[in-house]
Amino acid sequence: MTASTETARETGGTSGDILAVAREQVLERGEGLTEAQVLEVLQLPGERLTEALALAHEVRMRWCGPDVEVEGIVSLKTGGCPEDCHFCSQSGLFDSPVRAAWLDKDRLVEAAKQTAKTGATEFCIVAAVRGPDEKLMEQIRAGVAAIRAEVDINVACSLGMLTQAQVDELAAMGVHRYNHNLETARSHFPEVVTTHTWEERWETLQMIRAAGMEVCCGGIVGMGETLEQRAEFAVQLAELEPDEVPMNFLIPNPGTPFAHLDVPQGPDALMTIAAFRLAMPKTVLRFAGGRELTLGDLGAEQGMLGGVNAIIVGNYLTNLGRPAEQDLEMLETLKMPIKALNDTL
Amino acid sequence: MTTEPVTETVATFCSWCGGETTGADLAGSSAEHERCRARLALVDPPRHCPECGRRMVVQVDPMGWTARCSRHGETTSASRGQR
Ligand code: SF4
Ligand SMILES: [Zn+2]
Ligand SMILES: [Zn+2]
Repeated sequence: MTASTETARETGGTSGDILAVAREQVLERGEGLTEAQVLEVLQLPGERLTEALALAHEVRMRWCGPDVEVEGIVSLKTGGCPEDCHFCSQSGLFDSPVRAAWLDKDRLVEAAKQTAKTGATEFCIVAAVRGPDEKLMEQIRAGVAAIRAEVDINVACSLGMLTQAQVDELAAMGVHRYNHNLETARSHFPEVVTTHTWEERWETLQMIRAAGMEVCCGGIVGMGETLEQRAEFAVQLAELEPDEVPMNFLIPNPGTPFAHLDVPQGPDALMTIAAFRLAMPKTVLRFAGGRELTLGDLGAEQGMLGGVNAIIVGNYLTNLGRPAEQDLEMLETLKMPIKALNDTL
Repeated sequence: MTTEPVTETVATFCSWCGGETTGADLAGSSAEHERCRARLALVDPPRHCPECGRRMVVQVDPMGWTARCSRHGETTSASRGQR
Protein backbone atom coordinates (compact mmCIF):
# COMPACT_ATOMS: atom_id res chain seq x y z
CA MET A 1 0.00 0.00 0.00
CA THR A 2 1.32 3.43 -0.84
CA ALA A 3 1.41 6.22 1.66
CA SER A 4 -1.31 8.10 -0.17
CA THR A 5 -3.78 5.22 -0.20
CA GLU A 6 -2.95 4.60 3.44
CA THR A 7 -3.93 8.18 4.27
CA ALA A 8 -6.95 7.97 2.03
CA ARG A 9 -8.19 4.84 3.81
CA GLU A 10 -7.64 6.37 7.23
CA THR A 11 -9.64 9.46 6.43
CA GLY A 12 -12.25 7.48 4.58
CA GLY A 13 -11.24 9.31 1.42
CA THR A 14 -10.26 7.62 -1.77
CA SER A 15 -7.58 7.67 -4.32
CA GLY A 16 -8.96 7.36 -7.81
CA ASP A 17 -12.19 8.59 -9.27
CA ILE A 18 -14.94 8.72 -6.68
CA LEU A 19 -17.67 7.43 -8.98
CA ALA A 20 -15.49 4.48 -10.02
CA VAL A 21 -14.83 3.73 -6.37
CA ALA A 22 -18.55 4.07 -5.57
CA ARG A 23 -19.42 1.67 -8.38
CA GLU A 24 -17.36 -1.04 -6.75
CA GLN A 25 -18.02 -0.21 -3.10
CA VAL A 26 -21.68 0.81 -3.16
CA LEU A 27 -23.14 -0.83 -6.25
CA GLU A 28 -21.28 -4.13 -6.06
CA ARG A 29 -20.85 -4.53 -2.31
CA GLY A 30 -23.76 -2.47 -0.95
CA GLU A 31 -21.49 -0.49 1.36
CA GLY A 32 -22.38 3.19 1.74
CA LEU A 33 -19.84 5.94 1.14
CA THR A 34 -17.90 7.42 4.04
CA GLU A 35 -18.16 11.11 4.96
CA ALA A 36 -15.06 12.06 2.98
CA GLN A 37 -16.33 10.10 0.00
CA VAL A 38 -19.77 11.74 0.13
CA LEU A 39 -18.00 15.09 0.16
CA GLU A 40 -16.07 14.11 -2.95
CA VAL A 41 -19.35 13.38 -4.74
CA LEU A 42 -20.84 16.69 -3.60
CA GLN A 43 -17.77 18.48 -4.94
CA LEU A 44 -17.90 16.87 -8.39
CA PRO A 45 -18.12 19.38 -11.23
CA GLY A 46 -21.54 19.97 -12.72
CA GLU A 47 -20.70 18.11 -15.92
CA ARG A 48 -20.54 14.86 -13.96
CA LEU A 49 -24.05 15.20 -12.51
CA THR A 50 -25.65 12.93 -15.12
CA GLU A 51 -23.11 10.23 -14.41
CA ALA A 52 -23.58 10.52 -10.63
CA LEU A 53 -27.37 10.30 -10.98
CA ALA A 54 -27.10 7.28 -13.28
CA LEU A 55 -24.92 5.45 -10.77
CA ALA A 56 -27.24 6.38 -7.88
CA HIS A 57 -30.15 5.01 -9.93
CA GLU A 58 -28.31 1.74 -10.56
CA VAL A 59 -27.60 1.47 -6.84
CA ARG A 60 -31.24 2.07 -5.99
CA MET A 61 -32.44 -0.52 -8.56
CA ARG A 62 -29.90 -3.08 -7.37
CA TRP A 63 -30.45 -2.71 -3.60
CA CYS A 64 -34.06 -1.47 -3.36
CA GLY A 65 -35.67 -2.53 -6.63
CA PRO A 66 -37.98 -0.64 -8.99
CA ASP A 67 -40.91 -0.12 -6.58
CA VAL A 68 -41.74 3.36 -5.40
CA GLU A 69 -43.28 3.90 -1.97
CA VAL A 70 -46.05 6.46 -2.09
CA GLU A 71 -47.16 8.36 1.00
CA GLY A 72 -49.59 11.12 1.88
CA ILE A 73 -49.29 13.46 4.85
CA VAL A 74 -51.62 15.79 6.70
CA SER A 75 -51.31 18.37 9.40
CA LEU A 76 -53.54 17.50 12.36
CA LYS A 77 -52.44 20.52 14.37
CA THR A 78 -51.05 23.46 12.42
CA GLY A 79 -49.04 26.42 13.70
CA GLY A 80 -48.45 27.82 17.17
CA CYS A 81 -45.44 25.57 17.89
CA PRO A 82 -43.26 26.72 20.83
CA GLU A 83 -40.03 25.63 19.10
CA ASP A 84 -37.87 27.88 16.93
CA CYS A 85 -36.78 25.76 13.95
CA HIS A 86 -35.64 28.61 11.72
CA PHE A 87 -37.10 27.18 8.50
CA CYS A 88 -40.55 26.55 9.91
CA SER A 89 -43.62 28.65 9.19
CA GLN A 90 -45.43 26.89 12.04
CA SER A 91 -43.32 28.22 14.86
CA GLY A 92 -45.35 30.52 17.08
CA LEU A 93 -42.19 32.51 17.77
CA PHE A 94 -41.99 34.04 14.29
CA ASP A 95 -44.20 36.52 12.52
CA SER A 96 -45.43 34.00 9.99
CA PRO A 97 -48.75 34.22 8.13
CA VAL A 98 -49.56 30.63 9.19
CA ARG A 99 -52.30 30.67 11.82
CA ALA A 100 -53.15 27.87 14.23
CA ALA A 101 -55.66 25.26 13.04
CA TRP A 102 -56.85 21.81 14.14
CA LEU A 103 -58.18 19.16 11.77
CA ASP A 104 -61.25 17.30 13.02
CA LYS A 105 -61.48 13.51 12.99
CA ASP A 106 -63.84 13.26 10.01
CA ARG A 107 -61.53 15.33 7.84
CA LEU A 108 -58.55 13.33 9.06
CA VAL A 109 -60.18 10.07 8.02
CA GLU A 110 -61.26 11.64 4.73
CA ALA A 111 -57.65 12.70 4.07
CA ALA A 112 -56.50 9.12 4.73
CA LYS A 113 -59.12 7.82 2.28
CA GLN A 114 -58.09 10.30 -0.41
CA THR A 115 -54.48 9.29 0.11
CA ALA A 116 -55.26 5.56 -0.12
CA LYS A 117 -57.06 6.19 -3.43
CA THR A 118 -53.78 7.26 -5.01
CA GLY A 119 -52.30 3.83 -4.26
CA ALA A 120 -50.30 5.17 -1.32
CA THR A 121 -49.37 2.69 1.39
CA GLU A 122 -48.46 5.17 4.09
CA PHE A 123 -50.44 8.03 5.66
CA CYS A 124 -48.59 10.27 8.08
CA ILE A 125 -50.37 12.37 10.71
CA VAL A 126 -48.28 15.38 11.70
CA ALA A 127 -48.63 17.90 14.53
CA ALA A 128 -46.66 21.12 15.04
CA VAL A 129 -45.62 20.56 18.64
CA ARG A 130 -42.48 20.10 20.71
CA GLY A 131 -44.02 16.82 21.84
CA PRO A 132 -47.58 15.58 22.35
CA ASP A 133 -49.70 16.68 25.32
CA GLU A 134 -52.67 14.66 26.55
CA LYS A 135 -55.12 16.51 24.27
CA LEU A 136 -53.07 15.58 21.21
CA MET A 137 -52.57 11.99 22.36
CA GLU A 138 -56.34 11.68 22.78
CA GLN A 139 -56.89 12.89 19.22
CA ILE A 140 -54.25 10.53 17.94
CA ARG A 141 -55.89 7.59 19.73
CA ALA A 142 -59.25 8.39 18.18
CA GLY A 143 -57.85 9.25 14.76
CA VAL A 144 -55.57 6.23 14.40
CA ALA A 145 -58.35 3.87 15.52
CA ALA A 146 -60.79 5.39 13.01
CA ILE A 147 -58.33 5.22 10.13
CA ARG A 148 -57.33 1.66 10.92
CA ALA A 149 -61.00 0.66 11.03
CA GLU A 150 -61.98 2.38 7.79
CA VAL A 151 -58.96 2.69 5.51
CA ASP A 152 -56.50 0.17 4.12
CA ILE A 153 -53.28 2.06 4.73
CA ASN A 154 -50.34 2.05 7.14
CA VAL A 155 -50.52 4.89 9.65
CA ALA A 156 -47.42 6.90 10.50
CA CYS A 157 -47.09 9.77 12.96
CA SER A 158 -44.85 12.78 13.42
CA LEU A 159 -45.54 14.42 16.76
CA GLY A 160 -42.17 15.71 17.89
CA MET A 161 -40.19 14.45 20.85
CA LEU A 162 -41.75 11.64 22.84
CA THR A 163 -41.60 10.16 26.32
CA GLN A 164 -41.08 6.41 26.66
CA ALA A 165 -44.74 6.02 27.68
CA GLN A 166 -45.88 7.82 24.52
CA VAL A 167 -43.59 5.69 22.36
CA ASP A 168 -45.05 2.55 23.90
CA GLU A 169 -48.58 3.77 23.43
CA LEU A 170 -48.08 4.68 19.76
CA ALA A 171 -46.54 1.27 19.11
CA ALA A 172 -49.47 -0.41 20.87
CA MET A 173 -51.95 1.61 18.73
CA GLY A 174 -50.40 0.05 15.66
CA VAL A 175 -48.52 3.09 14.38
CA HIS A 176 -46.31 1.62 11.68
CA ARG A 177 -43.68 4.30 11.32
CA TYR A 178 -42.64 7.43 13.17
CA ASN A 179 -41.12 10.48 11.53
CA HIS A 180 -38.70 12.64 13.42
CA ASN A 181 -36.17 14.54 11.34
CA LEU A 182 -32.68 15.35 12.49
CA GLU A 183 -33.05 18.18 9.92
CA THR A 184 -29.36 18.88 9.35
CA ALA A 185 -25.82 17.93 10.37
CA ARG A 186 -25.18 17.84 14.09
CA SER A 187 -22.57 20.60 13.70
CA HIS A 188 -25.08 22.86 11.91
CA PHE A 189 -28.10 22.17 14.12
CA PRO A 190 -27.47 25.03 16.61
CA GLU A 191 -27.73 27.47 13.66
CA VAL A 192 -31.15 26.06 12.84
CA VAL A 193 -32.80 25.30 16.19
CA THR A 194 -32.03 26.70 19.65
CA THR A 195 -35.00 25.45 21.70
CA HIS A 196 -33.93 21.80 21.70
CA THR A 197 -30.89 19.81 20.69
CA TRP A 198 -29.94 17.37 17.96
CA GLU A 199 -29.21 14.85 20.73
CA GLU A 200 -32.77 15.11 22.09
CA ARG A 201 -34.04 14.26 18.64
CA TRP A 202 -31.61 11.37 18.41
CA GLU A 203 -32.93 9.98 21.73
CA THR A 204 -36.52 9.93 20.52
CA LEU A 205 -35.38 8.10 17.38
CA GLN A 206 -33.66 5.43 19.45
CA MET A 207 -36.82 4.86 21.51
CA ILE A 208 -38.89 4.52 18.32
CA ARG A 209 -36.55 1.89 16.95
CA ALA A 210 -36.46 -0.03 20.25
CA ALA A 211 -40.27 -0.12 20.36
CA GLY A 212 -40.37 -1.81 16.96
CA MET A 213 -41.77 1.07 14.91
CA GLU A 214 -40.10 1.93 11.63
CA VAL A 215 -37.84 4.96 11.80
CA CYS A 216 -38.33 7.80 9.31
CA CYS A 217 -35.69 10.49 9.61
CA GLY A 218 -34.43 13.05 7.16
CA GLY A 219 -33.97 16.74 6.85
CA ILE A 220 -33.81 19.85 4.76
CA VAL A 221 -31.16 20.73 2.21
CA GLY A 222 -30.25 24.38 1.69
CA MET A 223 -30.30 25.85 5.20
CA GLY A 224 -26.89 27.49 4.89
CA GLU A 225 -24.95 24.29 5.59
CA THR A 226 -21.57 23.80 3.90
CA LEU A 227 -20.96 20.85 1.59
CA GLU A 228 -18.84 19.37 4.38
CA GLN A 229 -21.84 19.57 6.69
CA ARG A 230 -24.08 18.05 4.06
CA ALA A 231 -21.68 15.09 3.84
CA GLU A 232 -21.59 14.93 7.64
CA PHE A 233 -25.39 14.79 7.71
CA ALA A 234 -25.58 11.99 5.13
CA VAL A 235 -23.26 9.84 7.21
CA GLN A 236 -25.01 10.67 10.49
CA LEU A 237 -28.27 9.54 8.91
CA ALA A 238 -26.59 6.38 7.62
CA GLU A 239 -25.37 5.63 11.16
CA LEU A 240 -28.94 5.86 12.42
CA GLU A 241 -29.96 3.24 9.83
CA PRO A 242 -33.44 4.67 9.30
CA ASP A 243 -36.03 2.76 7.29
CA GLU A 244 -36.77 5.93 5.38
CA VAL A 245 -35.08 9.26 4.73
CA PRO A 246 -37.35 12.10 3.54
CA MET A 247 -35.39 14.79 1.67
CA ASN A 248 -36.76 18.29 1.74
CA PHE A 249 -35.38 21.35 -0.04
CA LEU A 250 -35.73 24.65 1.75
CA ILE A 251 -38.80 26.70 1.00
CA PRO A 252 -37.85 30.13 2.38
CA ASN A 253 -40.99 30.97 4.32
CA PRO A 254 -42.01 34.56 5.01
CA GLY A 255 -41.49 35.68 8.59
CA THR A 256 -39.01 32.91 9.43
CA PRO A 257 -35.31 33.56 10.12
CA PHE A 258 -34.54 31.70 6.87
CA ALA A 259 -36.92 33.79 4.73
CA HIS A 260 -33.95 35.52 3.11
CA LEU A 261 -32.16 32.32 2.02
CA ASP A 262 -32.23 31.34 -1.62
CA VAL A 263 -34.20 28.39 -2.91
CA PRO A 264 -31.64 25.59 -3.45
CA GLN A 265 -30.54 25.26 -7.07
CA GLY A 266 -31.70 22.23 -9.04
CA PRO A 267 -28.28 20.78 -9.97
CA ASP A 268 -27.07 21.19 -6.40
CA ALA A 269 -30.16 19.42 -5.09
CA LEU A 270 -29.79 16.59 -7.60
CA MET A 271 -26.13 16.03 -6.74
CA THR A 272 -27.17 15.87 -3.08
CA ILE A 273 -29.79 13.24 -3.90
CA ALA A 274 -27.18 11.13 -5.70
CA ALA A 275 -24.71 11.52 -2.83
CA PHE A 276 -27.30 10.55 -0.20
CA ARG A 277 -28.22 7.45 -2.20
CA LEU A 278 -24.57 6.50 -2.43
CA ALA A 279 -24.28 6.96 1.36
CA MET A 280 -27.40 4.87 2.02
CA PRO A 281 -27.78 2.26 -0.73
CA LYS A 282 -30.57 0.28 0.97
CA THR A 283 -32.75 2.97 2.58
CA VAL A 284 -36.05 4.30 1.27
CA LEU A 285 -35.13 7.77 0.00
CA ARG A 286 -38.18 9.97 -0.30
CA PHE A 287 -38.86 13.17 -2.20
CA ALA A 288 -40.58 15.43 0.32
CA GLY A 289 -41.20 19.18 0.41
CA GLY A 290 -39.62 21.84 -1.75
CA ARG A 291 -39.00 19.83 -4.90
CA GLU A 292 -41.58 21.89 -6.79
CA LEU A 293 -39.61 25.13 -6.30
CA THR A 294 -36.13 23.65 -6.50
CA LEU A 295 -36.48 21.08 -9.25
CA GLY A 296 -39.68 21.69 -11.18
CA ASP A 297 -41.24 18.89 -13.23
CA LEU A 298 -38.13 17.90 -15.15
CA GLY A 299 -35.97 17.81 -12.02
CA ALA A 300 -38.50 15.58 -10.27
CA GLU A 301 -38.05 12.99 -13.00
CA GLN A 302 -34.28 13.33 -12.83
CA GLY A 303 -34.45 12.69 -9.10
CA MET A 304 -36.58 9.57 -9.61
CA LEU A 305 -33.89 8.41 -12.02
CA GLY A 306 -31.15 9.49 -9.64
CA GLY A 307 -31.67 7.47 -6.48
CA VAL A 308 -35.07 8.50 -5.11
CA ASN A 309 -37.50 5.61 -4.58
CA ALA A 310 -40.38 7.15 -2.66
CA ILE A 311 -42.57 10.24 -2.90
CA ILE A 312 -45.07 12.24 -0.93
CA VAL A 313 -48.08 12.77 -3.16
CA GLY A 314 -50.50 15.64 -2.96
CA ASN A 315 -50.07 18.55 -0.61
CA TYR A 316 -47.75 18.87 2.36
CA LEU A 317 -48.49 20.38 5.77
CA THR A 318 -48.68 24.08 5.00
CA ASN A 319 -47.41 24.00 1.40
CA LEU A 320 -48.97 22.64 -1.75
CA GLY A 321 -47.46 19.87 -3.86
CA ARG A 322 -48.08 19.00 -7.47
CA PRO A 323 -51.46 17.37 -8.10
CA ALA A 324 -51.17 13.66 -7.14
CA GLU A 325 -52.20 12.60 -10.67
CA GLN A 326 -49.16 14.30 -12.10
CA ASP A 327 -46.82 12.25 -9.91
CA LEU A 328 -48.69 9.04 -10.61
CA GLU A 329 -48.43 9.71 -14.35
CA MET A 330 -44.72 10.35 -13.95
CA LEU A 331 -44.26 6.96 -12.25
CA GLU A 332 -46.18 5.30 -15.04
CA THR A 333 -44.04 6.98 -17.69
CA LEU A 334 -40.91 5.91 -15.84
CA LYS A 335 -42.30 2.37 -15.55
CA MET A 336 -41.83 2.40 -11.78
CA PRO A 337 -44.52 0.35 -10.02
CA ILE A 338 -46.09 1.66 -6.81
CA LYS A 339 -45.17 -0.51 -3.84
CA ALA A 340 -48.18 -2.56 -2.73
CA LEU A 341 -49.50 -2.57 0.84
CA ASN A 342 -48.75 -6.27 1.42
CA ASP A 343 -45.08 -5.60 0.61
CA THR A 344 -44.78 -3.06 3.39
CA LEU A 345 -45.80 -5.17 6.38
CA MET B 1 -85.15 46.29 -4.88
CA THR B 2 -82.35 48.80 -5.10
CA THR B 3 -81.39 50.79 -8.11
CA GLU B 4 -77.76 50.97 -7.21
CA PRO B 5 -75.38 49.48 -9.74
CA VAL B 6 -74.14 46.01 -8.87
CA THR B 7 -70.48 46.18 -7.95
CA GLU B 8 -68.40 43.07 -8.24
CA THR B 9 -66.31 42.13 -5.23
CA VAL B 10 -62.84 43.15 -6.27
CA ALA B 11 -59.81 41.53 -4.75
CA THR B 12 -57.66 44.34 -3.44
CA PHE B 13 -55.15 42.45 -1.31
CA CYS B 14 -52.49 39.97 -2.34
CA SER B 15 -53.41 36.59 -0.88
CA TRP B 16 -49.73 35.69 -0.50
CA CYS B 17 -48.20 38.73 1.23
CA GLY B 18 -51.34 40.56 2.27
CA GLY B 19 -50.18 43.78 0.61
CA GLU B 20 -52.47 46.00 -1.43
CA THR B 21 -52.86 45.17 -5.08
CA THR B 22 -53.76 47.16 -8.16
CA GLY B 23 -55.49 46.24 -11.38
CA ALA B 24 -52.11 45.57 -12.94
CA ASP B 25 -51.31 43.04 -10.20
CA LEU B 26 -54.56 41.24 -10.82
CA ALA B 27 -53.85 41.13 -14.52
CA GLY B 28 -50.50 39.61 -13.65
CA SER B 29 -48.55 42.40 -15.28
CA SER B 30 -47.04 44.25 -12.32
CA ALA B 31 -43.67 43.34 -10.90
CA GLU B 32 -44.62 44.10 -7.34
CA HIS B 33 -46.36 40.84 -6.53
CA GLU B 34 -44.62 38.70 -9.13
CA ARG B 35 -42.91 36.55 -6.51
CA CYS B 36 -46.20 36.23 -4.63
CA ARG B 37 -47.96 35.00 -7.76
CA ALA B 38 -45.19 32.48 -8.45
CA ARG B 39 -45.38 31.10 -4.92
CA LEU B 40 -49.19 30.87 -5.08
CA ALA B 41 -48.94 29.04 -8.38
CA LEU B 42 -46.45 26.48 -7.07
CA VAL B 43 -46.33 25.90 -3.34
CA ASP B 44 -48.51 28.15 -1.21
CA PRO B 45 -52.21 28.30 -0.47
CA PRO B 46 -53.66 31.79 0.04
CA ARG B 47 -52.79 33.07 3.51
CA HIS B 48 -54.45 36.52 3.37
CA CYS B 49 -58.02 37.38 2.54
CA PRO B 50 -58.10 39.01 -0.91
CA GLU B 51 -60.95 41.25 0.22
CA CYS B 52 -59.57 42.64 3.48
CA GLY B 53 -55.97 41.42 3.76
CA ARG B 54 -56.55 39.70 7.12
CA ARG B 55 -54.55 36.55 7.83
CA MET B 56 -56.80 33.56 7.27
CA VAL B 57 -56.95 30.24 9.12
CA VAL B 58 -55.82 27.78 6.46
CA GLN B 59 -56.06 24.01 6.57
CA VAL B 60 -54.10 22.18 3.91
CA ASP B 61 -55.05 18.56 3.29
CA PRO B 62 -53.61 16.07 0.79
CA MET B 63 -55.91 17.06 -2.07
CA GLY B 64 -56.82 20.68 -1.33
CA TRP B 65 -57.11 23.51 1.16
CA THR B 66 -59.70 25.52 3.07
CA ALA B 67 -59.09 29.15 4.06
CA ARG B 68 -61.29 31.11 6.46
CA CYS B 69 -61.38 34.87 6.95
CA SER B 70 -63.05 35.95 10.20
CA ARG B 71 -64.93 38.64 8.22
CA HIS B 72 -65.42 37.18 4.75
CA GLY B 73 -65.94 33.49 5.39
CA GLU B 74 -64.56 30.36 3.82
CA THR B 75 -62.91 29.73 0.46
CA THR B 76 -61.76 26.30 -0.67
CA SER B 77 -59.44 25.05 -3.37
CA ALA B 78 -62.45 23.38 -4.96
CA SER B 79 -64.39 26.66 -5.09
CA ARG B 80 -61.36 28.28 -6.72
CA GLY B 81 -60.98 25.38 -9.15
CA GLN B 82 -57.54 24.62 -7.72
CA ARG B 83 -55.89 21.72 -5.96
S1 SF4 C 1 -40.81 21.47 16.17
FE1 SF4 C 1 -41.72 21.10 14.15
S2 SF4 C 1 -43.52 22.43 14.01
FE2 SF4 C 1 -42.26 23.15 15.73
S3 SF4 C 1 -41.01 24.78 14.86
FE3 SF4 C 1 -39.81 22.89 14.75
S4 SF4 C 1 -40.27 22.02 12.71
FE4 SF4 C 1 -41.83 23.60 13.14
ZN1 LIG D 1 -47.99 39.97 -2.71
ZN1 LIG E 1 -61.58 39.09 4.67
